[in-house]
Amino acid sequence: MIFKVFKKQELARLYELLAVNVIVGPVSRGNDRNGNPLYDFDVVYDFDELALDYTQTVHSPKRFVLPYHETLATFTTSPGGWEKHVDLNVYRPLVFFGMHACDINALNKLDLVLAQSTYPNPYYMGKRKNLFIIGIDCTPEPQCFCRSMGTDSAIHGFDLFLTDLGGKYFTEILTATAFDLLSEIKCTDPSSKELALYKHTAKEKSKRYTATVDTSDLTKILDLEFESKAWDAWGDKCLSCGTCANVCPTCYCYGVEEHVDLDLQHASKTKFLHSCNLIDFAKVAGGHNFRPTSASRLKYRYYHKHRGFVEAFEESLCVGCGRCGTACLADITPPEVIASVRGKE
Amino acid sequence: MQNKLHFINILGQGSGAHRKEDPDSFEYTLPAEITSIYPLTATEKLYQIQIIDPAQRNRFSFQPGQFVMLELPGIGEAPFSISSSPVRHGDLELCIRAVGNFTNFLNRVERGARVGISGPFGTSFPLEKMQGNDILLIGGGLGIVPLRSPLLAVLENRSRYGRVDIMYGAKSPAELLFTYQYEEWKRFDINLGITVDKADKSWKGRTGLITELLRERIAQASSLRENTYAIVCGPPVMFHFVCKMLTEAGLPMQKMFVSLERRMHCGRGKCCRCNIGSTYTCLDGPVFDYWSVMNLKEAI
Repeated sequence: MIFKVFKKQELARLYELLAVNVIVGPVSRGNDRNGNPLYDFDVVYDFDELALDYTQTVHSPKRFVLPYHETLATFTTSPGGWEKHVDLNVYRPLVFFGMHACDINALNKLDLVLAQSTYPNPYYMGKRKNLFIIGIDCTPEPQCFCRSMGTDSAIHGFDLFLTDLGGKYFTEILTATAFDLLSEIKCTDPSSKELALYKHTAKEKSKRYTATVDTSDLTKILDLEFESKAWDAWGDKCLSCGTCANVCPTCYCYGVEEHVDLDLQHASKTKFLHSCNLIDFAKVAGGHNFRPTSASRLKYRYYHKHRGFVEAFEESLCVGCGRCGTACLADITPPEVIASVRGKE
Repeated sequence: MQNKLHFINILGQGSGAHRKEDPDSFEYTLPAEITSIYPLTATEKLYQIQIIDPAQRNRFSFQPGQFVMLELPGIGEAPFSISSSPVRHGDLELCIRAVGNFTNFLNRVERGARVGISGPFGTSFPLEKMQGNDILLIGGGLGIVPLRSPLLAVLENRSRYGRVDIMYGAKSPAELLFTYQYEEWKRFDINLGITVDKADKSWKGRTGLITELLRERIAQASSLRENTYAIVCGPPVMFHFVCKMLTEAGLPMQKMFVSLERRMHCGRGKCCRCNIGSTYTCLDGPVFDYWSVMNLKEAI
């Protein structure tokens, strides 16, 4: 990897260089009821709108690659038959200005199942391949357990990654496009002092994690504790509302619905993101529900993230961002669930 | 100076072959026509569906046990097991019960309607491996539907297989499927055992559970350990009892195949609705050997 250093005021210049494209980044969205700032990812039109010192956005950036609702196809019907029109709904590249490592890793994990598998999903791939990602370092929040999941730093899946060294940004450059871009602003090779400062910053960050998840032998533990009473206890608390999947950066399950237009000559096929916690997730026509209880659905969610995905792709589907625990109306957090299933109260 | 990023178009120029690895094969539907509809019972109908383009029809090749996604524009898309013989390629037969939104609409559709077919998807019964062996086909209720394709394939190559037994159970005589074909099947030197849970006045056949048919079949052989394969399909409770009996009779788990039902929205391993643990029923199934099923939590 190539490293460069540039002064903080050069970042606005970098933004201006990219401003001809659509730029998405973290923006401030007021405060929650406890007075803590809220953030979201949205399209920005000015560098000053960016809140690059954001803590964590409520929603993940997944909606820019996996929209909550997306038209997969439209149909034109006629008395003799119908024609199907497919549009991938991607028209232009998107610049993502300021994504944390956990979210970059979340996209990398989604790539495994959506782009690098049998039947690659073109709706996802089209958007993903047209993303220019500028990553930025973060300060661990109380809910973050990314270090336990091995996703506290990103080694691929971005173009540029910025680390704040006080008055300067330390930059990791991963793509030729990013390298060319940086040649248009004033940047230098890092001095030995800056390298030392970078390493010190990384070390200081790793000391600030408070939440942890014991992932050792977790796949086996989940198999062994499949009948554990702990699942029932969490199932009793769970409201089956699907909020966790809504904010999760890696939840990609969906359903498909088709609708006929009022003119009866057109129809559309729409995909909407779903959640395995919702009651009808595994219900088949005829009424049989393969996961009828709240506990069985909650257990499945953990089983898929921490057991099934590991078996298929050698890594967990969870990036440890902690958004699900923060958003959960019943205060169910992954570190607590996994600890209780392990038998540690 | 501003930097306009290069736009990447992920779709190639369309080779037309539509392989599983091509992104443009994802939302690809073959136009097809319902050529005839046979009512089988009060709720089930057998639909003959033909892929319209002759070249596509011949290229459409499937193995018994696989399924297709059937699409009615504006109504929906749903997975159905193929009930016809693989030699008929894209001239498919699907047996469908009117039970949900999609199938109730399909129930009102008339001959000549244009539908969409994508697939075939999923795994199949390893009929080549079964050659030279005795075969047990055990179906309960709608479970006979995915069994009909391997059955027809076996009958077409009858001399390659040993003894063939079909055991089929339904709730009542009125719910028996494919009744018009029983005599034809019997002509191929097969043992056809049919039982109903509840008889009516006209019923002259057996009454009772399918496990009783199976018990009699097992009693005729010393062990099922050698030279026997079984294909089982039915409601979850039937899997439980039938698979247990077969295992006790000595049939190795890897010689027993089941076809599982799950909700599906894509058929391509993306929507997760059919997931059982790490396994997608649409990619790794719907046909599993019993060993894989035993290893999967919540499978049956």
